[in-house]
Amino acid sequence: MSSRLAGADALESRLRAPGTAIVPYLTGGYPSLAVFGEALSALSGSEAVEIGIPFSDPMADGATIQESSRVALEAGASLDSILTTVQALGRVGTELIIMSYLNPLMAFGYADLLSRLAETGVSALVVPDLPLEESGELGAVSREHGIGLVQLVSPVTSQERLEVLGKASEGFTYAVTMTGTTGGTIGGGEEVTGYLDRVRAASRPPVLAGFGVRTVEQVRALGPHCDGVIVGSALVEVIAAGEDPVEFVAGLKP
Amino acid sequence: MTITTETGRYGRFGGRYVPEVLVPALTRLEETARLLLGDPGFLTDYEAELATWVGRPTALTRAARLGEAWGGDLWLKREDLAHTGAHKINNAIGQALLAREMGAQRVIAETGAGQHGVATAAACARLGLDCTVYMGSVDIERQAPNVERMHILGAKVEPVTSGDATLRAAINEALRDWVTRPETTYYLLGSAVGPHPYPWLVRELQSVIGREARQQMLDRSGRLPDAAVACVGGGSNAIGLFHPLLDDPIELIGVEAGGTSPELGRNAATIGRGSPGVLHGSFSFLLQDEHGQIQETHSVSAGLDYPGVGPEHAWLAETGRVSYESATDDEALTALYELGRHEGILPALESSHALVGARRWLAEHPGSSVLVGLSGRGDKDIDILRGLAR
Ligand SMILES: Cc1ncc(COP(=O)(O)O)c(C=O)c1O
Repeated sequence: MSSRLAGADALESRLRAPGTAIVPYLTGGYPSLAVFGEALSALSGSEAVEIGIPFSDPMADGATIQESSRVALEAGASLDSILTTVQALGRVGTELIIMSYLNPLMAFGYADLLSRLAETGVSALVVPDLPLEESGELGAVSREHGIGLVQLVSPVTSQERLEVLGKASEGFTYAVTMTGTTGGTIGGGEEVTGYLDRVRAASRPPVLAGFGVRTVEQVRALGPHCDGVIVGSALVEVIAAGEDPVEFVAGLKP
Repeated sequence: MTITTETGRYGRFGGRYVPEVLVPALTRLEETARLLLGDPGFLTDYEAELATWVGRPTALTRAARLGEAWGGDLWLKREDLAHTGAHKINNAIGQALLAREMGAQRVIAETGAGQHGVATAAACARLGLDCTVYMGSVDIERQAPNVERMHILGAKVEPVTSGDATLRAAINEALRDWVTRPETTYYLLGSAVGPHPYPWLVRELQSVIGREARQQMLDRSGRLPDAAVACVGGGSNAIGLFHPLLDDPIELIGVEAGGTSPELGRNAATIGRGSPGVLHGSFSFLLQDEHGQIQETHSVSAGLDYPGVGPEHAWLAETGRVSYESATDDEALTALYELGRHEGILPALESSHALVGARRWLAEHPGSSVLVGLSGRGDKDIDILRGLAR
């Protein structure tokens, strides 16, 4: 099981602190490596920051993150250059979560990748196209480095599967708020909160809700049913508009 | 020869690399498909559709004049004669029957050349299912006649402008649609690619090509051919032809799109020039850069213009059972005209790649016999051919 992973454990205790954690998502290298680095450092007061590695074929992403990924890749971003940018910032004081589709991780090579992530101070890894059944190899290498491999669950995940995923997840359990791509519209009321309650009951680590979170009203509604929220597309839109990400994230605190 | 399909693995290739939200839908599809493909009632319905609507068995044609010109005995398995003009219909009607059994409210599909889109539109019309087809805007332009056909058959065609605006982008968009409505939508994938169970399911539905051809060769020539050749995009017509021949002493040759040059970006020779990785739900060969970013491809034939390939082909390449080579745009075009002028058959640009493989085989093995999987007809390519002839 997943106990005693230095990185993942630190993240878990950070997220367990009282209050709703607001976890900003940044597309690595968007709109450029320099601006991304500045945004990350400005947001380092957050409990954790999720850094998305841009991929040419982001099948779980909506229009906003597809576009930010395309721009980042065109500007020359890669897993390697993004990690170098993060390392150059030194200790950032926030837990770092890396989100990447599987292929860029495979191309890097799992052993090299995980030592590099450990060096960079990464606590957990989210791989949206790697379901539990396929995650044995990457999970084993991650564990050796104390880094958690996060499991995602969705509203159509059965109760039985929820229990398995909630136990297997490390660092946090990623509760996808809806069936859809990032940036979509979250259904209202009971349906979502009831689902989050079920995830929380089944999950060993803390639960972060993500996909489509963009307003403080949503954070207020979801907050009591999870440990925090991930804010992705809405924040990328703020950065695209040249506005202040810190102010936007502060405005989401209930 | 044993092939692992229980776990969706072909050696180290295959698998199910999808967002969690699709796992229940794929599990349900796998269970239903296993049940129904072994169910006599379902198979009777499927075979009746193949016989009375698709027009199977398709003919085996001996290409005597072209065989003579190329120096051997040339046989064509005529999938161009199947309803809607390509092998794609074998899979489309089979999966549409599955979709109906599963109570799907709508069917979605991707298409490159438009042949799978037309086949899916036709199968959905036949069974009264709502149909949406994702197609890259580049392909909409170069395969315009097929777009019209889909409209006439009552399907919605959704243009895809993201990414490279060809088949790969269309699959991404279809997957995004499916992720949004995984419980009510049936994704009718058109090639032997994607997450398990698709590579297996599509192979099962296309294997009718190889089963028929094998028997027809025995009936007509009293023996099996020395070699069998098919073009490989995602690999559905090729696996359909090859799978029933794997245990026979027949040289099997898959022909990929060599495009304009061997350089990355100028072809779609995924096995020949790619490396292992994960795209669209399975571990197979890919055309990618050193950072694992998928690269753009080029082929004159929209149906082969794809940076991935079915995982079973990756495995057959690795074991050496099937050899894979490529044909350039120009070689394919030459073969297309040669078949037209010697045999009165206009093949699809995709299928013309297979003819190049057959010609090479006969040049190296004069007097031998070769069976070509002629996957489709070339009417859809008239605009391209007219443009190139100028
Ligand atoms: C006539 C024809 N042949 C071949 C292909 C390639 O697909 P596959 O490799 O799955 O047979 C296509 C795809 O559109 C096609 O239309």
